[in-house]
Amino acid sequence: MSATVLVARPQNKVPGTLALGLSRIGYETRLYFRSPDTLLFTFFFPFIMLGIFTAAFSSSGNIGANPDGTGGVSVGAYYLPGMLAAGMLLSGVQNLAVDIAGEKSDGTLKRLGGTPLSPLSYFLGKIGQVFVTAILQAGLLLLVARLVLDIALPSEPEKWATFAWVFVFGVITSAFLGIALSAVPRSGRSATAVVAPVVLVLQFISGVYLQFTTLPEWMQNLASIFPLKWMAQGMRSVFLPESFAAAEQSASWDLPWVAGALGIWLVLGLVLSRVTFRWIRRDA
Amino acid sequence: MTTTPPVVQVRDLQKSYGSVEAVRGVSFSIAAGETFALLGPNGAGKSTTIEILEGYRDRSGGEVSVLGTDPHRGGLEWKARLGIVLQTSGESGNATVTEVLRHFAGFYPHPRDVEEVIDAAGLREKAKTRIGKLSGGQRRRVDVALGIIGRPELLFLDEPTTGFDPEARHQFWDLIRGLKAEGTTILLTTHYLDEAAQLGDRAGIIAGGQLIDIGSLDKIGGADARVPVVRWRDGNGLVREERTSRPAQVVAELVRSSNGAEPADLEVIRPSLEDVYLSLVRGHEAMPAANGAAASTNEGRPDPSRRTYKDVRA
Repeated sequence: MSATVLVARPQNKVPGTLALGLSRIGYETRLYFRSPDTLLFTFFFPFIMLGIFTAAFSSSGNIGANPDGTGGVSVGAYYLPGMLAAGMLLSGVQNLAVDIAGEKSDGTLKRLGGTPLSPLSYFLGKIGQVFVTAILQAGLLLLVARLVLDIALPSEPEKWATFAWVFVFGVITSAFLGIALSAVPRSGRSATAVVAPVVLVLQFISGVYLQFTTLPEWMQNLASIFPLKWMAQGMRSVFLPESFAAAEQSASWDLPWVAGALGIWLVLGLVLSRVTFRWIRRDA
Repeated sequence: MTTTPPVVQVRDLQKSYGSVEAVRGVSFSIAAGETFALLGPNGAGKSTTIEILEGYRDRSGGEVSVLGTDPHRGGLEWKARLGIVLQTSGESGNATVTEVLRHFAGFYPHPRDVEEVIDAAGLREKAKTRIGKLSGGQRRRVDVALGIIGRPELLFLDEPTTGFDPEARHQFWDLIRGLKAEGTTILLTTHYLDEAAQLGDRAGIIAGGQLIDIGSLDKIGGADARVPVVRWRDGNGLVREERTSRPAQVVAELVRSSNGAEPADLEVIRPSLEDVYLSLVRGHEAMPAANGAAASTNEGRPDPSRRTYKDVRA
């Protein structure tokens, strides 16, 4: 150890919030890919489900086919948008809610709270990690869809523009909701038990595993309260033929509603995160 | 140097949780460059006090200043001047020792060199090992390394050597002596009284949420508590003891009265810090008025059977 500490210190200017946020993104992302649980239940889960659905239902022919068996889309192509939406939800809500609840109970947050790391940098790190991993996940899903399942992807730039805003909006909303939901579990151990059912039920009622248009109307209405239904609908508008729009609740893709619902949930998630987040559980 | 204000100043600190008063009017100060040991049984209010100074908890009353700032209002630049080793560790087990130290070093304006800290903490062989694969004692070294990586002016060490083997403890002491030599101010809590004696300049003893004594480590407890005991076995095989401030004279008289024969099992025992500490804490607990709810937790108190006498001369 050097003996230079007694020299008068220059201004105690701590490193910038943004720079530390970027450093957190790198650190968090590296740790994400070293956690086997997260990889299985967050990153690869949509791949597993897409594989299962394709293998199980492909023999019953295309979805949305004409009575003579022509037209429609393959089972894989039909489920792809739902799996992309599920990936967005898992990368944000499930990943962060479990991750932060664990950090709260194992002392990581308390330790960070005693360092000059700004909570804003910490959030940037979390949201950035969600973003990076969700992009990799979606990119890999599209690659598998195209190369392994031979699903035709849209070529129109407008479709990809829609994909971009639904994805960005949806992932950030998911990340905030994950931070907010992390306040609910009382311990890191119980986090998965609290978070997984919420995420699973949402996936069932929002048109990820079951064809949304075949669900009873009350369930469709219930799902419309939550953001996943809108993410899935936005993704269907990108990857399914226009003819499928007729089967939606209002016989159209309703993209303005997708934007509106995600916007409301984004603000709600931001406010809830801001209000509930603590470095440590505060005493009375 | 003589006009340097205290690094830590605590006046009449109070903290209650509901109806339980965990800290009841504690006052002390720590000068720049000093190592202050805060001692006391578990549940006595040590950790509550230290967490208030670290900014983790809000106080119910009294005045606190740490590095000239009220911890309740301490911002990031204030935190950059502190090093905190908490009682419990944290941080993902999936990062390696070097990765986590390099990452934390980036939080501070004037961090220490990561490689130097790895060496100083005795983690060279484990530098590329993931924290999840380290033993408890090795993890504790990582905690200490993270506490000093930011080159703190004030270092909080909350039971830093729990789980260390004797060799690791001595290495840790050397590390802390190095920090002291650089001028780091240190607030230490520990259950190992020899550790407090090795490292501390002054100590405060907390019991039942109150400071029952404070002073330099060689004077704490007062002169009476440090009166040596002369012990020997008399002609009938009975163990005899005599407390005296003049042990040499007692021994001389003993020898004279037995016509120059060597007294059996002769010892001159000076109370160790641990003996002084135990008598202070027990004396406090014997007082019914002070024996409130906050003082009743007694788990983790040093086991009396472990006590050893120092300075034994035959």
